[in-house]
Amino acid sequence: MSFEVDIARRLGDRVISARFTADEGITALFGPSGIGKSSILTMIAGLLRPDSGRISVGGEVLFDALAGIDLPPERRRLGYVFQDGRLFPHRRVRANLLYGHDLAPPEERWMTPEEAADFLGIGHLLDRWPRSLSGGEAQRVAIGRALLSAPRFLLMDEPLSSLDLPRRDEIMTVIERIARDLKLPILYVSHDRQEIDRLADTVIALG
Amino acid sequence: MLTAEEWGIMLLSLKVSGIAIAATLPVAFALAWVLARGRFPGRFLLDGIVYLPLVLPPVVTGWLLLLAFGPEGPAGRFLERALGVSLMFRWTGAALAAAIMALPLMVRAIRLSIEAVDRRLEGAARTLGASPWRAFLTVTLPLSLPGVLAGAVLGFARSIGEFGATITFVSNIPGETRTLPLAIYSALQIPGSEALVTRLALISVALSLGAVILSEALARRSRMNERMGHVL
Repeated sequence: MSFEVDIARRLGDRVISARFTADEGITALFGPSGIGKSSILTMIAGLLRPDSGRISVGGEVLFDALAGIDLPPERRRLGYVFQDGRLFPHRRVRANLLYGHDLAPPEERWMTPEEAADFLGIGHLLDRWPRSLSGGEAQRVAIGRALLSAPRFLLMDEPLSSLDLPRRDEIMTVIERIARDLKLPILYVSHDRQEIDRLADTVIALG
Repeated sequence: MLTAEEWGIMLLSLKVSGIAIAATLPVAFALAWVLARGRFPGRFLLDGIVYLPLVLPPVVTGWLLLLAFGPEGPAGRFLERALGVSLMFRWTGAALAAAIMALPLMVRAIRLSIEAVDRRLEGAARTLGASPWRAFLTVTLPLSLPGVLAGAVLGFARSIGEFGATITFVSNIPGETRTLPLAIYSALQIPGSEALVTRLALISVALSLGAVILSEALARRSRMNERMGHVL
Protein backbone atom coordinates (compact mmCIF):
# COMPACT_ATOMS: atom_id res chain seq x y z
CA MET A 1 0.00 0.00 0.00
CA SER A 2 1.43 3.33 -0.96
CA PHE A 3 0.29 6.90 -0.46
CA GLU A 4 0.82 9.43 -3.22
CA VAL A 5 -0.23 12.88 -2.14
CA ASP A 6 0.24 16.13 -4.01
CA ILE A 7 -2.32 18.72 -2.98
CA ALA A 8 -2.77 22.42 -2.36
CA ARG A 9 -5.56 24.47 -0.89
CA ARG A 10 -5.98 28.11 -0.01
CA LEU A 11 -7.41 28.73 3.45
CA GLY A 12 -7.86 32.43 4.13
CA ASP A 13 -4.59 34.05 3.13
CA ARG A 14 -2.48 30.92 3.60
CA VAL A 15 -1.79 28.22 1.08
CA ILE A 16 -1.55 24.75 2.54
CA SER A 17 0.26 22.30 0.36
CA ALA A 18 1.92 18.94 0.66
CA ARG A 19 3.66 16.63 -1.72
CA PHE A 20 4.92 13.27 -0.59
CA THR A 21 4.80 9.53 -1.13
CA ALA A 22 4.80 6.98 1.65
CA ASP A 23 4.72 3.22 2.02
CA GLU A 24 3.88 0.69 4.72
CA GLY A 25 4.29 1.37 8.42
CA ILE A 26 3.90 4.66 10.23
CA THR A 27 4.55 7.79 8.23
CA ALA A 28 4.79 10.96 10.28
CA LEU A 29 3.90 14.36 8.90
CA PHE A 30 6.03 16.61 11.02
CA GLY A 31 6.19 20.37 11.25
CA PRO A 32 5.53 23.38 13.46
CA SER A 33 2.03 24.19 14.68
CA GLY A 34 -0.10 26.18 12.28
CA ILE A 35 1.45 24.90 9.09
CA GLY A 36 -1.71 23.02 8.15
CA LYS A 37 -0.83 19.42 9.02
CA SER A 38 -4.35 18.71 10.21
CA SER A 39 -5.82 20.29 7.08
CA ILE A 40 -3.75 17.91 4.98
CA LEU A 41 -5.25 14.94 6.82
CA THR A 42 -8.78 16.30 6.41
CA MET A 43 -8.11 16.67 2.69
CA ILE A 44 -6.91 13.08 2.45
CA ALA A 45 -10.03 12.03 4.36
CA GLY A 46 -12.25 13.93 1.96
CA LEU A 47 -13.62 16.31 4.59
CA LEU A 48 -11.92 19.29 2.95
CA ARG A 49 -11.60 19.66 -0.79
CA PRO A 50 -8.16 20.57 -2.17
CA ASP A 51 -8.07 23.31 -4.81
CA SER A 52 -5.73 21.28 -6.93
CA GLY A 53 -3.71 18.09 -7.01
CA ARG A 54 -4.14 14.38 -6.63
CA ILE A 55 -4.41 11.79 -3.85
CA SER A 56 -4.07 8.07 -4.41
CA VAL A 57 -3.79 5.29 -1.88
CA GLY A 58 -2.79 1.75 -2.81
CA GLY A 59 -3.31 2.55 -6.47
CA GLU A 60 -6.85 3.85 -6.00
CA VAL A 61 -7.38 7.49 -6.86
CA LEU A 62 -9.29 9.23 -4.08
CA PHE A 63 -9.01 12.71 -5.51
CA ASP A 64 -7.86 14.12 -8.81
CA ALA A 65 -8.69 17.73 -9.55
CA LEU A 66 -7.89 17.44 -13.26
CA ALA A 67 -9.82 14.21 -13.80
CA GLY A 68 -12.70 15.48 -11.66
CA ILE A 69 -12.45 12.58 -9.20
CA ASP A 70 -13.45 13.30 -5.60
CA LEU A 71 -14.60 10.29 -3.59
CA PRO A 72 -16.76 11.25 -0.60
CA PRO A 73 -15.25 10.39 2.82
CA GLU A 74 -17.54 7.40 3.32
CA ARG A 75 -16.13 5.72 0.20
CA ARG A 76 -12.45 6.26 0.97
CA ARG A 77 -12.28 3.36 3.44
CA LEU A 78 -10.09 5.04 5.99
CA GLY A 79 -10.05 5.34 9.73
CA TYR A 80 -9.59 8.77 11.25
CA VAL A 81 -8.45 9.23 14.84
CA PHE A 82 -8.96 12.82 15.89
CA GLN A 83 -7.03 14.88 18.39
CA ASP A 84 -10.04 15.13 20.68
CA GLY A 85 -11.44 11.63 20.22
CA ARG A 86 -14.67 13.03 18.89
CA LEU A 87 -16.84 10.22 20.22
CA PHE A 88 -20.58 10.57 19.70
CA PRO A 89 -21.82 11.96 23.05
CA HIS A 90 -25.32 10.52 22.65
CA ARG A 91 -24.16 6.93 22.17
CA ARG A 92 -22.64 4.56 24.67
CA VAL A 93 -19.16 3.18 24.05
CA ARG A 94 -20.59 0.01 22.48
CA ALA A 95 -22.72 1.98 20.02
CA ASN A 96 -19.77 4.24 19.21
CA LEU A 97 -17.64 1.19 18.42
CA LEU A 98 -20.33 -0.38 16.26
CA TYR A 99 -21.13 2.78 14.29
CA GLY A 100 -18.63 2.21 11.49
CA HIS A 101 -18.64 -1.56 11.90
CA ASP A 102 -22.32 -1.79 11.05
CA LEU A 103 -21.89 0.46 8.01
CA ALA A 104 -18.98 -1.52 6.54
CA PRO A 105 -19.88 -4.29 4.07
CA PRO A 106 -19.48 -7.64 5.93
CA GLU A 107 -16.94 -9.00 3.44
CA GLU A 108 -14.65 -6.02 4.05
CA ARG A 109 -14.61 -6.26 7.85
CA TRP A 110 -11.38 -7.65 9.23
CA MET A 111 -11.93 -7.30 12.95
CA THR A 112 -14.80 -8.27 15.21
CA PRO A 113 -15.99 -6.00 18.03
CA GLU A 114 -14.76 -8.62 20.53
CA GLU A 115 -11.28 -8.65 18.97
CA ALA A 116 -11.15 -4.87 19.02
CA ALA A 117 -12.24 -4.73 22.67
CA ASP A 118 -9.53 -7.27 23.56
CA PHE A 119 -6.87 -5.61 21.46
CA LEU A 120 -7.50 -2.22 23.10
CA GLY A 121 -8.46 -3.43 26.59
CA ILE A 122 -11.79 -1.63 26.56
CA GLY A 123 -14.15 -4.56 27.18
CA HIS A 124 -15.11 -3.17 30.60
CA LEU A 125 -16.13 0.21 29.14
CA LEU A 126 -18.79 -0.93 26.68
CA ASP A 127 -21.81 0.24 28.69
CA ARG A 128 -20.32 3.61 29.67
CA TRP A 129 -21.14 7.02 28.19
CA PRO A 130 -18.29 8.89 26.49
CA ARG A 131 -18.49 11.76 29.00
CA SER A 132 -17.57 9.37 31.82
CA LEU A 133 -14.33 8.18 30.17
CA SER A 134 -10.84 9.43 30.98
CA GLY A 135 -8.80 10.90 28.13
CA GLY A 136 -6.84 7.69 27.57
CA GLU A 137 -9.95 5.52 27.64
CA ALA A 138 -11.75 7.81 25.21
CA GLN A 139 -8.83 7.74 22.80
CA ARG A 140 -8.69 3.93 22.90
CA VAL A 141 -12.41 3.79 22.15
CA ALA A 142 -11.91 6.25 19.29
CA ILE A 143 -9.14 4.05 17.88
CA GLY A 144 -11.38 1.00 18.23
CA ARG A 145 -14.22 2.77 16.46
CA ALA A 146 -11.89 3.61 13.56
CA LEU A 147 -10.45 0.07 13.36
CA LEU A 148 -13.91 -1.51 13.32
CA SER A 149 -15.03 0.53 10.29
CA ALA A 150 -12.86 -1.81 8.15
CA PRO A 151 -10.33 0.81 7.03
CA ARG A 152 -7.43 0.13 4.69
CA PHE A 153 -5.34 2.78 6.41
CA LEU A 154 -5.48 5.13 9.39
CA LEU A 155 -5.11 8.88 9.66
CA MET A 156 -4.08 10.07 13.12
CA ASP A 157 -4.18 13.74 14.02
CA GLU A 158 -2.12 14.39 17.16
CA PRO A 159 -3.91 11.59 19.00
CA LEU A 160 -1.77 12.06 22.13
CA SER A 161 -2.01 15.80 22.57
CA SER A 162 -4.83 15.77 25.13
CA LEU A 163 -3.25 13.03 27.28
CA ASP A 164 -0.90 13.05 30.25
CA LEU A 165 2.50 11.33 30.01
CA PRO A 166 1.65 7.80 31.25
CA ARG A 167 -1.43 7.74 28.93
CA ARG A 168 0.72 8.87 26.03
CA ASP A 169 3.01 5.93 26.48
CA GLU A 170 0.04 3.57 26.68
CA ILE A 171 -1.54 4.89 23.45
CA MET A 172 1.83 4.91 21.65
CA THR A 173 2.16 1.21 22.44
CA VAL A 174 -1.31 0.66 20.96
CA ILE A 175 -0.34 2.55 17.80
CA GLU A 176 2.87 0.52 17.42
CA ARG A 177 0.88 -2.69 17.74
CA ILE A 178 -1.62 -1.52 15.10
CA ALA A 179 1.23 -0.99 12.63
CA ARG A 180 3.11 -4.18 13.60
CA ASP A 181 0.36 -6.72 14.33
CA LEU A 182 -2.51 -5.46 12.17
CA LYS A 183 -0.21 -4.27 9.33
CA LEU A 184 -2.28 -1.16 8.88
CA PRO A 185 -0.50 1.81 7.24
CA ILE A 186 -0.77 4.96 9.34
CA LEU A 187 -0.35 8.61 8.43
CA TYR A 188 0.49 10.33 11.68
CA VAL A 189 0.47 14.06 12.31
CA SER A 190 2.41 15.55 15.21
CA HIS A 191 4.54 18.50 16.22
CA ASP A 192 6.29 16.48 18.95
CA ARG A 193 9.76 15.30 18.01
CA GLN A 194 9.87 12.57 20.69
CA GLU A 195 6.63 10.98 19.53
CA ILE A 196 7.89 10.93 15.98
CA ASP A 197 11.28 9.50 16.88
CA ARG A 198 9.62 6.64 18.69
CA LEU A 199 6.78 5.87 16.27
CA ALA A 200 7.65 6.84 12.73
CA ASP A 201 9.18 4.60 10.10
CA THR A 202 9.25 7.50 7.68
CA VAL A 203 9.28 11.19 8.52
CA ILE A 204 8.00 13.83 6.14
CA ALA A 205 8.98 17.32 7.14
CA LEU A 206 6.51 19.98 6.14
CA GLY A 207 7.17 23.70 5.89
CA MET B 1 -66.00 19.33 36.77
CA LEU B 2 -66.10 20.92 33.32
CA THR B 3 -69.32 21.37 31.37
CA ALA B 4 -69.75 19.89 27.91
CA GLU B 5 -69.31 23.35 26.43
CA GLU B 6 -66.02 23.89 28.26
CA TRP B 7 -64.74 20.46 27.23
CA GLY B 8 -65.63 21.24 23.63
CA ILE B 9 -63.72 24.54 23.73
CA MET B 10 -60.67 22.91 25.28
CA LEU B 11 -60.66 20.00 22.85
CA LEU B 12 -61.04 22.35 19.89
CA SER B 13 -58.09 24.40 21.16
CA LEU B 14 -55.99 21.27 21.60
CA LYS B 15 -56.96 20.02 18.14
CA VAL B 16 -56.19 23.33 16.43
CA SER B 17 -52.84 23.76 18.21
CA GLY B 18 -51.84 20.10 18.02
CA ILE B 19 -52.42 19.86 14.27
CA ALA B 20 -50.82 23.25 13.70
CA ILE B 21 -47.64 22.26 15.53
CA ALA B 22 -47.41 18.74 14.06
CA ALA B 23 -47.76 20.10 10.54
CA THR B 24 -45.39 23.02 11.11
CA LEU B 25 -42.60 21.06 12.77
CA PRO B 26 -40.99 19.72 9.55
CA VAL B 27 -41.28 23.17 7.93
CA ALA B 28 -39.78 24.83 11.01
CA PHE B 29 -36.92 22.31 11.02
CA ALA B 30 -36.18 22.87 7.34
CA LEU B 31 -36.19 26.66 7.81
CA ALA B 32 -34.03 26.38 10.94
CA TRP B 33 -31.60 24.16 9.04
CA VAL B 34 -31.33 26.56 6.13
CA LEU B 35 -30.87 29.55 8.44
CA ALA B 36 -28.30 27.74 10.61
CA ARG B 37 -26.26 26.12 7.86
CA GLY B 38 -27.11 27.81 4.58
CA ARG B 39 -24.89 30.43 3.01
CA PHE B 40 -26.83 32.09 0.23
CA PRO B 41 -27.82 35.60 -0.80
CA GLY B 42 -31.14 36.54 0.72
CA ARG B 43 -30.60 34.61 3.94
CA PHE B 44 -31.12 37.75 6.00
CA LEU B 45 -34.32 38.48 4.13
CA LEU B 46 -35.61 34.94 4.81
CA ASP B 47 -34.57 35.38 8.44
CA GLY B 48 -36.64 38.56 8.62
CA ILE B 49 -39.70 37.06 6.96
CA VAL B 50 -39.68 34.05 9.30
CA TYR B 51 -39.59 36.32 12.36
CA LEU B 52 -42.18 38.75 10.99
CA PRO B 53 -45.22 37.19 12.74
CA LEU B 54 -43.37 37.65 16.04
CA VAL B 55 -43.13 41.43 15.63
CA LEU B 56 -46.19 42.31 13.53
CA PRO B 57 -49.46 43.09 15.29
CA PRO B 58 -51.36 39.76 15.12
CA VAL B 59 -54.31 41.55 13.56
CA VAL B 60 -52.11 42.50 10.63
CA THR B 61 -50.94 38.88 10.24
CA GLY B 62 -54.59 37.79 10.27
CA TRP B 63 -55.46 40.37 7.65
CA LEU B 64 -52.55 39.22 5.44
CA LEU B 65 -53.81 35.63 5.79
CA LEU B 66 -57.25 36.86 4.77
CA LEU B 67 -55.78 38.52 1.68
CA ALA B 68 -53.85 35.36 0.72
CA PHE B 69 -56.35 32.64 1.64
CA GLY B 70 -59.63 34.47 1.19
CA PRO B 71 -61.92 33.63 -1.76
CA GLU B 72 -60.16 36.25 -3.90
CA GLY B 73 -56.64 35.53 -2.58
CA PRO B 74 -54.10 33.62 -4.72
CA ALA B 75 -53.57 30.82 -2.17
CA GLY B 76 -57.29 30.61 -1.41
CA ARG B 77 -58.23 30.33 -5.07
CA PHE B 78 -55.57 27.69 -5.63
CA LEU B 79 -56.79 25.55 -2.71
CA GLU B 80 -60.40 25.93 -3.85
CA ARG B 81 -59.61 24.94 -7.43
CA ALA B 82 -57.03 22.19 -6.78
CA LEU B 83 -58.53 20.52 -3.70
CA GLY B 84 -61.98 22.03 -3.34
CA VAL B 85 -60.94 23.22 0.13
CA SER B 86 -61.54 26.55 1.78
CA LEU B 87 -59.97 27.62 5.07
CA MET B 88 -62.42 30.46 5.61
CA PHE B 89 -64.42 30.20 8.84
CA ARG B 90 -63.05 26.68 9.40
CA TRP B 91 -60.97 25.23 12.21
CA THR B 92 -58.30 24.44 9.60
CA GLY B 93 -57.96 28.18 9.06
CA ALA B 94 -57.56 28.65 12.81
CA ALA B 95 -54.83 26.00 12.71
CA LEU B 96 -53.07 27.87 9.89
CA ALA B 97 -53.17 31.12 11.86
CA ALA B 98 -51.86 29.31 14.95
CA ALA B 99 -49.08 27.71 12.90
CA ILE B 100 -47.93 31.00 11.37
CA MET B 101 -47.85 32.67 14.78
CA ALA B 102 -45.93 29.76 16.34
CA LEU B 103 -43.42 29.40 13.50
CA PRO B 104 -40.88 32.05 14.58
CA LEU B 105 -40.57 30.64 18.09
CA MET B 106 -40.16 27.11 16.77
CA VAL B 107 -37.58 28.12 14.17
CA ARG B 108 -35.60 30.05 16.76
CA ALA B 109 -35.42 27.17 19.27
CA ILE B 110 -34.58 24.57 16.61
CA ARG B 111 -32.03 26.81 14.95
CA LEU B 112 -30.16 27.35 18.21
CA SER B 113 -30.00 23.62 18.82
CA ILE B 114 -28.74 22.91 15.29
CA GLU B 115 -26.07 25.58 15.69
CA ALA B 116 -25.01 23.96 18.96
CA VAL B 117 -24.31 20.60 17.29
CA ASP B 118 -20.58 20.10 16.82
CA ARG B 119 -20.24 19.77 13.05
CA ARG B 120 -16.97 17.90 13.47
CA LEU B 121 -19.02 14.98 14.79
CA GLU B 122 -20.70 14.80 11.38
CA GLY B 123 -17.25 14.67 9.80
CA ALA B 124 -16.33 11.81 12.12
CA ALA B 125 -19.48 9.96 11.06
CA ARG B 126 -18.59 10.44 7.38
CA THR B 127 -15.11 8.94 7.85
CA LEU B 128 -16.80 5.96 9.53
CA GLY B 129 -18.79 5.27 6.38
CA ALA B 130 -21.95 7.33 6.82
CA SER B 131 -23.52 9.14 3.87
CA PRO B 132 -24.44 12.79 4.51
CA TRP B 133 -28.07 11.75 5.00
CA ARG B 134 -27.19 9.01 7.48
CA ALA B 135 -24.85 11.34 9.36
CA PHE B 136 -27.77 13.76 9.63
CA LEU B 137 -30.17 11.08 10.90
CA THR B 138 -27.78 9.46 13.38
CA VAL B 139 -25.79 12.44 14.64
CA THR B 140 -27.26 15.88 13.89
CA LEU B 141 -30.92 15.06 14.41
CA PRO B 142 -30.60 13.21 17.74
CA LEU B 143 -28.22 15.87 19.10
CA SER B 144 -30.62 18.67 18.16
CA LEU B 145 -33.71 16.80 19.33
CA PRO B 146 -34.03 18.55 22.73
CA GLY B 147 -34.22 21.89 20.89
CA VAL B 148 -36.77 20.48 18.45
CA LEU B 149 -38.96 19.33 21.34
CA ALA B 150 -38.51 22.62 23.18
CA GLY B 151 -39.48 24.47 20.01
CA ALA B 152 -42.57 22.34 19.58
CA VAL B 153 -43.67 22.95 23.16
CA LEU B 154 -43.06 26.71 22.96
CA GLY B 155 -44.92 26.85 19.66
CA PHE B 156 -47.75 24.88 21.18
CA ALA B 157 -48.03 27.30 24.10
CA ARG B 158 -47.99 30.25 21.72
CA SER B 159 -50.68 28.77 19.48
CA ILE B 160 -52.94 27.87 22.43
CA GLY B 161 -52.95 31.59 23.27
CA GLU B 162 -53.41 32.79 19.69
CA PHE B 163 -56.16 35.41 19.41
CA GLY B 164 -55.69 38.34 17.04
CA ALA B 165 -54.73 36.61 13.82
CA THR B 166 -57.34 33.91 14.36
CA ILE B 167 -60.33 36.16 14.98
CA THR B 168 -59.32 38.38 12.06
CA PHE B 169 -58.81 35.50 9.66
CA VAL B 170 -61.53 32.98 10.51
CA SER B 171 -63.83 34.91 12.83
CA ASN B 172 -65.29 33.59 16.10
CA ILE B 173 -67.59 30.65 15.40
CA PRO B 174 -68.66 28.39 18.28
CA GLY B 175 -67.50 24.81 17.78
CA GLU B 176 -65.46 25.70 14.70
CA THR B 177 -63.01 28.55 15.35
CA ARG B 178 -63.86 29.58 18.93
CA THR B 179 -60.70 28.44 20.72
CA LEU B 180 -59.98 29.20 24.39
CA PRO B 181 -58.92 32.86 24.06
CA LEU B 182 -61.81 33.59 21.71
CA ALA B 183 -64.24 31.87 24.06
CA ILE B 184 -62.93 33.93 26.98
CA TYR B 185 -63.32 37.10 24.95
CA SER B 186 -66.89 36.12 23.98
CA ALA B 187 -67.84 35.23 27.55
CA LEU B 188 -66.54 38.59 28.74
CA GLN B 189 -69.11 40.28 26.49
CA ILE B 190 -71.97 38.54 28.33
CA PRO B 191 -72.88 39.92 31.78
CA GLY B 192 -72.93 37.33 34.55
CA SER B 193 -70.59 34.80 32.98
CA GLU B 194 -67.69 35.43 35.38
CA ALA B 195 -67.66 31.78 36.47
CA LEU B 196 -67.21 30.59 32.88
CA VAL B 197 -64.48 33.14 32.26
CA THR B 198 -62.66 32.06 35.39
CA ARG B 199 -62.78 28.37 34.50
CA LEU B 200 -61.66 28.98 30.90
CA ALA B 201 -58.87 31.20 32.14
CA LEU B 202 -57.75 28.50 34.57
CA ILE B 203 -57.69 25.94 31.73
CA SER B 204 -55.54 28.36 29.70
CA VAL B 205 -53.14 28.90 32.56
CA ALA B 206 -52.84 25.16 33.15
CA LEU B 207 -52.12 24.38 29.49
CA SER B 208 -49.63 27.22 29.01
CA LEU B 209 -47.85 26.68 32.31
CA GLY B 210 -47.55 22.96 31.60
CA ALA B 211 -46.04 23.69 28.19
CA VAL B 212 -43.53 26.21 29.54
CA ILE B 213 -42.43 23.89 32.35
CA LEU B 214 -41.99 21.07 29.86
CA SER B 215 -39.99 23.34 27.57
CA GLU B 216 -37.75 24.46 30.44
CA ALA B 217 -37.04 20.83 31.37
CA LEU B 218 -36.17 20.01 27.77
CA ALA B 219 -33.92 23.06 27.45
CA ARG B 220 -32.07 21.97 30.56
CA ARG B 221 -31.51 18.53 29.10
CA SER B 222 -30.30 20.14 25.90
CA ARG B 223 -27.70 22.18 27.79
CA MET B 224 -26.55 18.99 29.51
CA ASN B 225 -26.09 17.29 26.17
CA GLU B 226 -24.04 20.20 25.01
CA ARG B 227 -21.80 19.92 28.03
CA MET B 228 -21.42 16.21 27.36
CA GLY B 229 -20.14 17.01 23.90
CA HIS B 230 -17.49 19.38 25.17
CA VAL B 231 -15.99 17.07 27.77
CA LEU B 232 -13.89 15.24 25.20
